Amino acid sequence: MNANERELDFIERQVMWDRLLAIVEEQAQTIIRTAFSSAVREAGDVSAGVFDIDGRMLAQAVTGTPGHVNAMAQSVNHFIDRFPINEMQGGDVYITNDPWLATGHLHDFTAVTPCFHKNKIVALFASTCHVVDIGGRGFGADAREVFEEGLSVPISRLVSAGVFNETLLEIIRANVREPLLLEGDLYSLIACNQRGSTRLCAMLDEFNLESLQALADWIIKQSWAGMSKAISALPDGEFHHQIQIDGYDTALTLAATLTINADHISVDLSGTSPASSFGINVPLPYSTAYLCYGIRCLVGAAIPNNAGSLKAISVTAPTACLLNAQRPAPVSARGSIGHLLPDLIFGCLHQVIPEQVPAESASCIWGPMLYGSRQGEPFSLVNAHAGGMGARPGLDGLSATGFPSGVRCTPVEVTESVSAIVVWRKELLCDSGGAGEFRGGLGQIMEYGHIDDEAFTLSAMFERVSNPAVGRSGGQSGAPGKLYTSAGSTLNSKGKQLIPAGEHLILEMPGGGGIGMVNKRNKTLILEEIKDGLISREAAGSSYGISSSDLD
Amino acid sequence: MSKKQTNRIAVDIGGTFTDVVLDSAAGKSSIKLLTTHQAPADAVLAAIHVLLEKAALKPAEIETIIHGTTLAANTIIERRGAHTALLVTEGHRDALETGYENRFDQYDLNIVKPAPLVARRFRWPVQERMSADGKVLLQLDESNLDEIINKIQENNIESVAVGFLHSYSNPQHEQRVAEILHAALPDLCISQSSEVSPQIREYDRLSTTVANAYIQPLMAGYLRELEQKLEKDGLNCPLLLVMSTGGLTTADIAARFPVRLVESGPAGGAILAADIARQANIDQVISFDMGGTTAKLCLINKGEAQHANAFEIDRLYRFTRGSGLPLSIPTIEMVEIGAGGGSIAHLDELQRLRVGPRSAGSQPGPACYAQGGTQATVSDADLLLGRIDPAGFASGQLELSTVAAEQAIHEHIAKALNLDLASAAAGISEVVDEAMSNAARVHAVESGQNIAERTLVAFGGAAPLHAARLAEKLGINTVIIPFNAGVGSAAGFLLAPISFELNRSQVVRLSELTASNIVEIVDEMKQQATSLVKQAINDEKLQTSMKATMRYCGQGHEVEAAIKIDHLRDASSLRKVFEDQYGKLYGRLIGGVEIEIVTLVVNVSEIRKIKQSNKTKIQSTEADVEQKRKIVINQGKDTIDVPCYSRDNLLAGKVFVGPALILEEQTTTVVPVGMHVEIDEQLHIVMQSKKSL
Repeated sequence: MNANERELDFIERQVMWDRLLAIVEEQAQTIIRTAFSSAVREAGDVSAGVFDIDGRMLAQAVTGTPGHVNAMAQSVNHFIDRFPINEMQGGDVYITNDPWLATGHLHDFTAVTPCFHKNKIVALFASTCHVVDIGGRGFGADAREVFEEGLSVPISRLVSAGVFNETLLEIIRANVREPLLLEGDLYSLIACNQRGSTRLCAMLDEFNLESLQALADWIIKQSWAGMSKAISALPDGEFHHQIQIDGYDTALTLAATLTINADHISVDLSGTSPASSFGINVPLPYSTAYLCYGIRCLVGAAIPNNAGSLKAISVTAPTACLLNAQRPAPVSARGSIGHLLPDLIFGCLHQVIPEQVPAESASCIWGPMLYGSRQGEPFSLVNAHAGGMGARPGLDGLSATGFPSGVRCTPVEVTESVSAIVVWRKELLCDSGGAGEFRGGLGQIMEYGHIDDEAFTLSAMFERVSNPAVGRSGGQSGAPGKLYTSAGSTLNSKGKQLIPAGEHLILEMPGGGGIGMVNKRNKTLILEEIKDGLISREAAGSSYGISSSDLD
Repeated sequence: MSKKQTNRIAVDIGGTFTDVVLDSAAGKSSIKLLTTHQAPADAVLAAIHVLLEKAALKPAEIETIIHGTTLAANTIIERRGAHTALLVTEGHRDALETGYENRFDQYDLNIVKPAPLVARRFRWPVQERMSADGKVLLQLDESNLDEIINKIQENNIESVAVGFLHSYSNPQHEQRVAEILHAALPDLCISQSSEVSPQIREYDRLSTTVANAYIQPLMAGYLRELEQKLEKDGLNCPLLLVMSTGGLTTADIAARFPVRLVESGPAGGAILAADIARQANIDQVISFDMGGTTAKLCLINKGEAQHANAFEIDRLYRFTRGSGLPLSIPTIEMVEIGAGGGSIAHLDELQRLRVGPRSAGSQPGPACYAQGGTQATVSDADLLLGRIDPAGFASGQLELSTVAAEQAIHEHIAKALNLDLASAAAGISEVVDEAMSNAARVHAVESGQNIAERTLVAFGGAAPLHAARLAEKLGINTVIIPFNAGVGSAAGFLLAPISFELNRSQVVRLSELTASNIVEIVDEMKQQATSLVKQAINDEKLQTSMKATMRYCGQGHEVEAAIKIDHLRDASSLRKVFEDQYGKLYGRLIGGVEIEIVTLVVNVSEIRKIKQSNKTKIQSTEADVEQKRKIVINQGKDTIDVPCYSRDNLLAGKVFVGPALILEEQTTTVVPVGMHVEIDEQLHIVMQSKKSL
């Protein structure tokens, strides 16, 4: 019997599915260990996956960012459109950083490598990472067109049968601030896809297979069936929700209608504000990724991401709205808005499964981008820090914890060892968690200075300054975010701003929303939290109605 | 260093049992007693006396007692430590709690993070500040220490951790605070982060220091009590403690740095495997220890178990990375996953067969124990596949119920998947083997190592049943099942060297190497480690080994490489060491980018005594088959008769070819079809696949 066509038995299918998940995890670890970009190594802003030759994603590593969940999956189809499967050769590597064809801004490079086994193409490996720098204005929200945000590389063949396209590499090097490190990041993508290919070929040898198709069909069928079952358990209907956000210079609206129709969920974003003139716009693949992620946290959470499980959800949006921005809209800081999309979709799902949905979170990462110099040597610093997560039904929200982004923060000691920045304060912010039977997670306060008290520059990409995280079922909002200097000047939540010499930058990161009526909160817990300085005696009175006599 | 046969005792206090092994001229004898949790020293003394009596030895004839224990780890896991306070740099009260600000599970909205060992109300700020390069940015304000001393007394604080920012770079403020506290409160236990774990990254350093402080009063008290009781009974010999690195240290040093004992128990198995690797001259080994609840894997290179500078303890959420408390201390690096004989098989929402990480443990245990367990476990599957003799399990103490195993596997797995019992059992076995092999592969990548071409050394009750299949999945050709593997960690303790390992963060670019004081720093570390080792042995010659972790400037992870002191005097030779290692792991070098050292590791150790192995070639002879049993092969499709051998009767030089089973009291070794078996001169079982012959 031809191994290619033979039926896989149940144990083989299962073992090989597990193996594919381990292979993409190994792929992701390779990139995390070799990349230069701090977004990758500290924050895990990477993605890695394996696809069949029809471009269907079979497995994806669970990494720090849901923003690539199916953005990368769609992206591989664009690669195949440009370079058809039958034209690919062993040793080829294709890349792009096109925001609309890949993962939403120029800082993300995606690489695709065909995997050949016994001289036949059997799969594609893809990986994405946020690179050190892409030229242009640098990472931030101030551009008016994508052209200002840096170099755009269309889907191109970087390596042809093992030979590098030196012209393309030279163009890339000539356009960025850290050419050697960017090249290192590209090598890192190539190495991780290579690692995946090697492992996959070993698996095909072990199981004596010549193609992945039978396995691919089974994985997709099983996953889709699992999602269908999970969605079918929900009542049919249309659920609308909208939220106010800060925007760059004026408040904006994000709106969604979630429709459950038997075993399918569709989301339409009509009602969302038009695109902004600044770099906070979101290309649709990135919007789709965060919406899907929000849904998948609550529906079929244990089912791995692949073409089958993602088929059960579709997203549409009016052309040229903020969440479906069109070329050449600027998109560099698309994360600051994209991170609010799980809160948007939770608002819809709260109408369906109220007992499972968390309150709103700080959501947007409060990672200041800081520039400056010391003794003539420039530094630039990307930090990822988090406010509070919303309360969960039955559980307080997590304090100073990223959601939806899964990034890790950079330790203060590491920040200070690679820059002239001193972090004078990093502590939980008393009273910032939204009150309720279940309290929202606390935000935190951070104070940044220059070690020689010189001026430095902030590129801000923050949200929830004018629109705090809202509570649910009677729970109160979390504290809004604030940013100001030690001299007391208020700063804008978005855009480049100077912190004058001798002053510090202070960030108060927002708290998460609470859940449930405040009078239902366990009083002992309130007293304990006063002892720990998580809420003040005043707030215990004003928010929870605990009289001062009860406190003594 | 000629050593006559000495009388030594190894002690392993575990959560359930206290194992004691006596190694004397007459050979090894061992005993297992229940751990006496109220006074752990009692079981130790009782066990020692039984063994001495049997061997007709007097207490004074014992020359060394080597002691490993899970007491330190369990004190943290069970949160039974001391009332502890933490002094921090003002403005940074929550580093211990906020950690890396991330969630360890991307899709689970309801995770709960582990509670810090010191609550916020006992984390007290002190005005002071160092910069990253160790300069004083704010002078230490000693005036508020009086208030802190009062608070320590008012709150009955028994132990204090001092953890200031950048103290790995300049420890002066921590040292001054410790001095003042000690002068005021001489009985107070004090742990300084610059002593316990002088490494960059404040969360990890504080977590480690707090853990040290938290277990110190209890561990120091226990060690004192043990020493007194030993002395009272005439056992005046040195007491040496096994650290997480697998090295030995004195009870005094152990009492100062008890956090270094946390992985003491599991280190024993890795020492045993490393010893086998050294004796057999095998460069690359992976040890595989599979018990009732978990499987542990450890990479061993050139006879040394791989060391890490950090690990996590008390992982909630089924061994998920990030769900535990980080400890930055040198340790034998092991990956541990929830896969053991008691691991429960179940179906997930996609009807996929999953095994573990939940375990039926020893109570109620697998269904086949017939002690009330009804879930299908790995042991139930192994039984139905014919690999375990129902009558001979655990030295025959427990009669296994095939009916109960069949019922459990039918009920929970076979029925829903519409499979026959043999296929379902084979599926369970295959899935758990796959999980272990995937964990091994990912672990190897994370630590920058290759896995194929290693030799697998397998021990622990369940490992010999699964070792051959695991090896096949990993592309490994040779499997060794050590003689007497059942004695476990305690046997490994007897092989441990006296040693001490120090790690220090010291970021230096290669371009600045010769101008830096790095050679002096390494010398200082060497002296410090040497003086700690010399507290345990006097006039022995010592060996020093050094490692540096390095990376391209701008990367976030380092590559570790063994170095010599001369490399630190010559940047180009150090660059070559790095590039060799980097190239081996990731292929392509990055031209033109600076390289930096991040961490220095210095290990000072007594020189190992390598046993002279018997050089005379032993005669190969066919082994005698004692009985035949039926086992299931080919994923449940075929049942065949296989020969069984009794391990007790397999002498050195015996050879045969699989399929076969090798039966011994604590376990069974499964030899797959076509695998070649030879019993070597140490009586280890050596299995080799067809490919390699």
